[in-house]
Amino acid sequence: MATSLRLESLIEQALAEVKASSDLAALDEVRVRYLGKKGLITEQLKSLGSLPAAERPAAGQKINESKARVQAALEARRAQLEAARLDAELAAGAIDVTLPGRGGGMGSIHPVTRTRLRIERIFGQAGFEIATGPEVEDDFHNFEALNIPPNHPARAMHDTFYFPDGRLLRTHTSPVQIREMRRRTPPMSLIAPGRVYRNDSDMTHTPMFHQVEGIVVGENVSFANLKAMLHSFVERFFEQPLGMRLRPSYFPFTEPSAEVDIECVFCHGAGCRVCKQSGWLEILGCGMIHPSVLTAAGIDPERWQGYAFGMGIERVAMLRYGVDDLRLFFENDLQFLKQFP
Amino acid sequence: MKVTYYWMREFAPLEVEPAKVAGQLTLSGLEVESIAPAAQPFSSVVVGQVLECRRHPDAEKLSVCEVTTDGANRLTIVCGASNVRGGLKVAVARVGAQLPGGIAIKRARLRGIESNGMICSARELGLGDEHEGIMELPDWLPVGRDLREALDLDDTVLEVNATPNRGDCMSVFGIARDYSAAQWRRALKYPMQPVPARHEACFPVSLEAGAAVPVFTSRIIRGLKPNAATPAWMRERLRRVGHNSISAIVDVTNYVMLELGQPLHAYDHARLKSRIRVRAAEENEPITLLDGKTYTLGRDAYVIADASGAIGLAGIMGGASTAIGDGTTDVLLEAAHFVPEVVAGRARRLGLLTDAAQRFERGVDPTLGPIAIERATALLLDIAGGEPGPTQVTRAAGVEIPLEWVRLRRARLARLLGGLVPDEEVEAILRSLSDGVEKVADGWRLKRPPHRFDLRIEADLIEEIARLRGFERIEEHPALTPQVAGMATERRVAPERLLTTLTDHGYREAITYSFVDPAVQRQLFPDTPALALANPISTDLSEMRISLWSGLLIACRENLRRQHSRVRLFELGNKFDLASGTLREIETLAGTATGARWPEQWGSAREMLDFYDVKADVTDLLTLTGEIERVRFEAAELHCLRPGRTARIFKGNVAIGWLGELHPALQKSFQFANPVVLFELETNEAFTAKLLQFKGTSKFPSVRRDLAVVVDEAVPLAVIEENVTVSASGLLSELRIFDVYRGPGIDSGRKSIALGLILQDSSRTLTDDDADAVVASVVARLVDVLSAKIRDQ
Repeated sequence: MATSLRLESLIEQALAEVKASSDLAALDEVRVRYLGKKGLITEQLKSLGSLPAAERPAAGQKINESKARVQAALEARRAQLEAARLDAELAAGAIDVTLPGRGGGMGSIHPVTRTRLRIERIFGQAGFEIATGPEVEDDFHNFEALNIPPNHPARAMHDTFYFPDGRLLRTHTSPVQIREMRRRTPPMSLIAPGRVYRNDSDMTHTPMFHQVEGIVVGENVSFANLKAMLHSFVERFFEQPLGMRLRPSYFPFTEPSAEVDIECVFCHGAGCRVCKQSGWLEILGCGMIHPSVLTAAGIDPERWQGYAFGMGIERVAMLRYGVDDLRLFFENDLQFLKQFP
Repeated sequence: MKVTYYWMREFAPLEVEPAKVAGQLTLSGLEVESIAPAAQPFSSVVVGQVLECRRHPDAEKLSVCEVTTDGANRLTIVCGASNVRGGLKVAVARVGAQLPGGIAIKRARLRGIESNGMICSARELGLGDEHEGIMELPDWLPVGRDLREALDLDDTVLEVNATPNRGDCMSVFGIARDYSAAQWRRALKYPMQPVPARHEACFPVSLEAGAAVPVFTSRIIRGLKPNAATPAWMRERLRRVGHNSISAIVDVTNYVMLELGQPLHAYDHARLKSRIRVRAAEENEPITLLDGKTYTLGRDAYVIADASGAIGLAGIMGGASTAIGDGTTDVLLEAAHFVPEVVAGRARRLGLLTDAAQRFERGVDPTLGPIAIERATALLLDIAGGEPGPTQVTRAAGVEIPLEWVRLRRARLARLLGGLVPDEEVEAILRSLSDGVEKVADGWRLKRPPHRFDLRIEADLIEEIARLRGFERIEEHPALTPQVAGMATERRVAPERLLTTLTDHGYREAITYSFVDPAVQRQLFPDTPALALANPISTDLSEMRISLWSGLLIACRENLRRQHSRVRLFELGNKFDLASGTLREIETLAGTATGARWPEQWGSAREMLDFYDVKADVTDLLTLTGEIERVRFEAAELHCLRPGRTARIFKGNVAIGWLGELHPALQKSFQFANPVVLFELETNEAFTAKLLQFKGTSKFPSVRRDLAVVVDEAVPLAVIEENVTVSASGLLSELRIFDVYRGPGIDSGRKSIALGLILQDSSRTLTDDDADAVVASVVARLVDVLSAKIRDQ
């Protein structure tokens, strides 16, 4: 019995020490003290030999049970202490996730380019090819082939920049349609984006801006097709259903000619400052290619016909992004540019 | 031009309110730019008559008037105008009247005399700027009539923008006629009311300009009352459409031009010498015009001349020597027809874009002369009396104005518009344009009305049908086009990829003008020719750019001035190169960078960027071509770049661009605080791409050996690299440069370069012995060829 009592108190003592261990090292010391090769409980097992044979199995079992109890307590305490240690490490390693990241930073694409690329994509998906042409043009391609002979009053609408030798800076991207029509054979559909120049500078004009010109030539390409194409374009460009109307107008290179108005994208036709209370926004000009233009481009106007349209990229960019001053596009102020990632 | 609703209504029925008419005009092609009431609102102003008028006893400048506004009762009104007098019909604002500008008329005592209202000037009623006295109303206006009614002040002014092809819409009648056509009414005819001649005198006219001046209508009117006053209604109408009243005769000619579209001119008959000749000007012929300026003409101009020489510049402006004046009693009225070519361009070049020139250059109806002369005669006689002679129509010998028919094919109309138009609609529209409409086998033909210079070919008629039917009636219908596969070439780097690569490297895209300041361009490229504009908008935008750097540097500097300290900009656009003698537009991708290497941020050192930062960006761009191994950077010189920090970029043997630091002298003159690095690449050559070919990957591990070699400063890395590659017997998969050191331990004039050789074989794992052999071979070569020393590891 004395042995039994001694074992009980030994175990009580061991469990108390396990519980009191405040770190893994202390815990290990407890393990060695009780369960190590020379540990107090291990010693108890060794002393079994001194018991009578009949008592040995029961005593052995008791000691083993006690050993298992202490071992379980040791394990539980170890897990507890390890979890605490990990928690402490994690707490020490916490960072401020709201501090900014490091790096070189992003640049930005100019809103005019961004808009041009979208226009190119929208028309490209409809099968239009992209064409380009020179910015320094001659009178033939910029005016005469477009049915604007010298002294034509329509020349007054183009404040043209000239060079001393008579060449000029193109006033629109329409010369590209002449060059392409002369180069290709119908049918064809293409757009020509690019820089254009007018000798005009004020609140609403800059001496350089961008246009996209489009033409489609085929045997039966009609005004009805033109309306359908432009309407789907404006709805895709502004990503909303939009009313559209065509107003008769005059361009020497198309007939019939029209100005295209869309329902104001800001007030949806109710009238606001941007649409000057009219509910409409003028966004592009268009028409059926004039027979004289087809002839000048070497295309038989009896067999072929087609439509053409042109729009200012800055104009649609301003409407799309709410930019209220055209001149901002050419000031290249980082504060402006960074708004178009 | 401006027209008024009431004035238009004299020629065409307007069944809807002005705003609706404006909308209809706009949708049929005559854009109404603005719509405004003819007069500001005011109330309780009536026609009154001054019965008596006496000096105010206590005020020298005031008159005390007895006025009636109902023909029976008398009102006492004190008036300060000098032109007030007994018997005059005047505009009386009664007590309680509200005038423009929020003025309310009350009973008031003026120097002791009670005034029961106000006699108004035109300015007080918002009807003009005249304040030299009160408005004098015509005698025939009945006393008591509301002034707004009496002067049609509830009229509306429409500003109509007639497109350059529509000379026929440069008049009130013309706009009414087009409006009427848009209602599909039968074509409107000019109002023609002949005034019989009262004497036989004619002024001889000879036309010597051939087809340029085919017809010339003239009429002498004698015995006009000198200085007759233009009636209030006419002054008021002229005012509404933006014309000042000048004198009765000039006002009548302007009025008829505005009404009918035929420019008229009145000569002082007494100042005309012998006869009128219409002829081409002589070389250097001088003429003094009504504006008082003398012009020297060439043979391409046409003049009206008399025995004294040129007295008018055809279709543009009359001359000073025969101008009517205060004492004019006899006039010769002229309504000539000048074909558009006589005037087009010339008036603009002379800076004389007069009302007449604007009409003639667009085309004036050649049949309109006599109609306009009759109308002017009737008005003049009403205003200033006088005795008209016969209306004299002189035609140029042998010049016929041909009758033109224009065809319209039914099938063509349907094909172009993309839908059928019912025959009866086509016919109704054609008849609204011309009296001469005939049906033919495949459609119609129309006799061109003489006022429509823009109806010459079938397409012109198709436009009329579409426009007058309304574009909204053409249904949208998607085209069926042949389907052809699109282009997606890999032979060039896609432009979008170039843009995104630069933006991913922190550059912002700029768009600068293609014309730049020649002074800036000279600073950068003193000896390179550039194309100058003949008519620049300003001197700082007067020369085509020969490099994108001028614009980018300015944009960069402006941003620094706006307190940004780190700027990276790029632009993709053409430069205009004249170096080869002929102009080449070369698409160029250029960039500029200045300021810190990294955006200001925590945990990274704040260092200024240098050549090598931008070189990495340029290298990344060129890597997109798949053939970066063909690209070389060679030390070179360019005026605007810093010597020793400038590289010419080659791809194979073709020079494709430049990279370098802005010359310190320019850095200073442009006021950049920090070095600026610039690059430019000519995209056409730089961004052709190689078709990519997969080479396989090695399954065997690589081995790294590091080597620090000390060489002379003058040895460029490219040479070391070349020697390493040659001596590494094909096992070198990559060469990394991980340090460049100068300083203690290295002789001056020498530098230490740390190389990391990554060795790999595609068929086996390299052993240490293999790697050692490569290193030994490399070392031997570097020592031998470059006198390199190998530093101890």
